[in-house]
Amino acid sequence: MAATTEKQRSDAILTYLRPRKKFPSVWCAGCGNGIVMSALVRAIDNLKLDKNEVIMVSGIGCTSRMPVYLDFNSLHTTHGRALAFATGAKFAQPKMKVIVVTGDGDSLAIGGNHFIHACRRNIDITCILINNHIYGMTGGQGSPTTPAGSFSTTTPFGNSEKAFDPCALAQAAGATFVARHTVHHAPQLEKIIMQAIEHRGFSLVEAISNCHTYYGRLNKSGDAVAMIKSFKERAVPVTKAKDMPAEELVGKFVVGNLYENNVKTEFCDEYQKMVDMLAARK
Amino acid sequence: MAEPKRKLMQGNIACVQGAIYAGMRFFAGYPITPSTEIAEGSARELPRIGGRFIQMEDEIASIAAVIAASVTGKKSMTATSGPGFSLMLENIGYAYITETPCVIVNVQRGGPSTGLPTKVSQSDTMQARWGTHGDYTAIAVAPSSVGDTITETIRAFNLAERFRTPVTILLDEVIGHMREMVTLPEPGQIPIFNRVKPTVPPDKFEPFAMTANLVSPMPAYGEGYRYNVTGLTHDTMGFSTNRADEIWPKLDKLKNKIEHYTDEITKLRVEMMDDAEIAYISYGTVARTSLQAASIARKAGVKVGSIQLYTIWPFPDKQLLELCARCKKVIVGELNMGQIVHEVKRVLPRDIEVHTAQRYDGEILTPLQLLKKLEEVM
Ligand SMILES: Cc1ncc(C[n+]2csc(CCOP(=O)(O)OP(=O)(O)O)c2C)c(N)n1
Ligand code: SF4
Repeated sequence: MAATTEKQRSDAILTYLRPRKKFPSVWCAGCGNGIVMSALVRAIDNLKLDKNEVIMVSGIGCTSRMPVYLDFNSLHTTHGRALAFATGAKFAQPKMKVIVVTGDGDSLAIGGNHFIHACRRNIDITCILINNHIYGMTGGQGSPTTPAGSFSTTTPFGNSEKAFDPCALAQAAGATFVARHTVHHAPQLEKIIMQAIEHRGFSLVEAISNCHTYYGRLNKSGDAVAMIKSFKERAVPVTKAKDMPAEELVGKFVVGNLYENNVKTEFCDEYQKMVDMLAARK
Repeated sequence: MAEPKRKLMQGNIACVQGAIYAGMRFFAGYPITPSTEIAEGSARELPRIGGRFIQMEDEIASIAAVIAASVTGKKSMTATSGPGFSLMLENIGYAYITETPCVIVNVQRGGPSTGLPTKVSQSDTMQARWGTHGDYTAIAVAPSSVGDTITETIRAFNLAERFRTPVTILLDEVIGHMREMVTLPEPGQIPIFNRVKPTVPPDKFEPFAMTANLVSPMPAYGEGYRYNVTGLTHDTMGFSTNRADEIWPKLDKLKNKIEHYTDEITKLRVEMMDDAEIAYISYGTVARTSLQAASIARKAGVKVGSIQLYTIWPFPDKQLLELCARCKKVIVGELNMGQIVHEVKRVLPRDIEVHTAQRYDGEILTPLQLLKKLEEVM
């Protein structure tokens, strides 16, 4: 059989876009969200998932618009609550693949509680957290991942707060697959998203992304291209980072597969065991 | 013949039984007095019948999980009380706009804030109608006994499925915690309504289509109809819109699909009203004592009757107007500072005097207090 050409591949990818949804998207030209969307769709295409069996859930934000453009069962919910909705969907229909797309404000500020509890349950949901270090949709306010000292419209003199490390948070809270990459590394992103979807349990993929419109402008980090290029320079593979002193990692993104645990049981499986046990007792 | 299943049962447990009878297979909740037994009962019962129970991290998450489970096709419910109901409101609005059937039980206690966790109240009556922001119409029902709680919970599920909308059950601490003898309905005894599913192929499917009765058929996720569900005001395809000619019909649909069917939704218990000159109007716990007060007063020759609202929202304007046509006075009894009384005043003509019997100290309105009020207004 002839190898798939790049043309065939991109035609296949286009079938995942909603036929009746009018493009262009709401996103600014050059926004990293598009790169993540492309990596996600490619990952799903590689895995040959049945579109009917994918539920894509999001909250509110620029990032959270993503499911609306994609031809799956899409649930665009309320700000911060994507993981709570996703938990209901997955638990009600465990055979479905549930993928959450969320922003750093959506998942870690207003949705922080749902985030840690979804991790704790180790429910089989893949959470793709697009971290652009700022609130994009509302016009550039500070978020829980805005670095200390950085500028936003609500930290006009530099951020006095400290940032969350979403990956460390997820691992500590009980997630069993944790990986990070940047929008400069689209193929790597595609690969870790594939692995995350295949993983049974709660998986987090943090995608470092650019909001050049707000973060870039307010912090003089340049346009989309300049920001994405800087991700290349600031990304340190986890294998290399292991041997580096902490101070050398300041301002860097440790990328790759950060954590995996295939021993811990998954929530829906455990509940099903109980249901089966009760049925056997009858 | 088998013995009918007579049982001594608590109101909150009757709610669980009614829900399961109606087809509830998913419950998500967070413990709060005086509703907790509904969660506990669901935790015990649901896994035995292949259903799902989950204790979420808070009430916001609970209602979120319930809505999502309903979108995947499961009949779903949550139960809470004042503080939790307040937390749920944003997502309840999401259920209204996405037209997702689900049942929310509010076992009312005194407020505001933490208020009176173990004391009865009916102070969330208006919140059940107007609680979440924006324009919509709500359905709320209020049982007044343990037996009622079974049938009203079944009715709440049927209404939710029939109208594709959240339905609130306004229980109160007294009904929730009271124990009475009840007979569980036999399978098939009470009709069960299930949401209408689309019959068109997926490529012809319009998820929020304007149908004749304004309720759009609703597939479950996973059945091949991949569609978009969003809390943004949307067109009939489920995609967000800023077009006036799409916003108007959508919001009218939310209102009219319910208000055009108020007669179908309305349920009242009308006692001794044929020749009544005075009527007690009440719901929930107060309906019990009002009926008692009316019976006692009748024996003394007073022409008084009782109208109990099982359906609180949409408010039964037409029915109340007809029933009270010959009354000179009504007494609206409520465990709050006056909520449904404003609806009664709105509906009744000015020449009918509207009096109130109110209590908001965590205690019930006794028959004696209601009789005293009657004496006062006579
Ligand atoms: C309850 C509630 N509070 C606030 C908002 C306003 N709001 C919309 S999006 C957003 C922040 C989004 O930021 P993030 O999650 O980082 O996503 P991004 O837009 O950067 O992709 C906020 C605060 C809202 N929609 N709902
Ligand atoms: S505002 Fe920022 S996050 Fe939103 S679309 Fe534009 S670049 Fe992307």
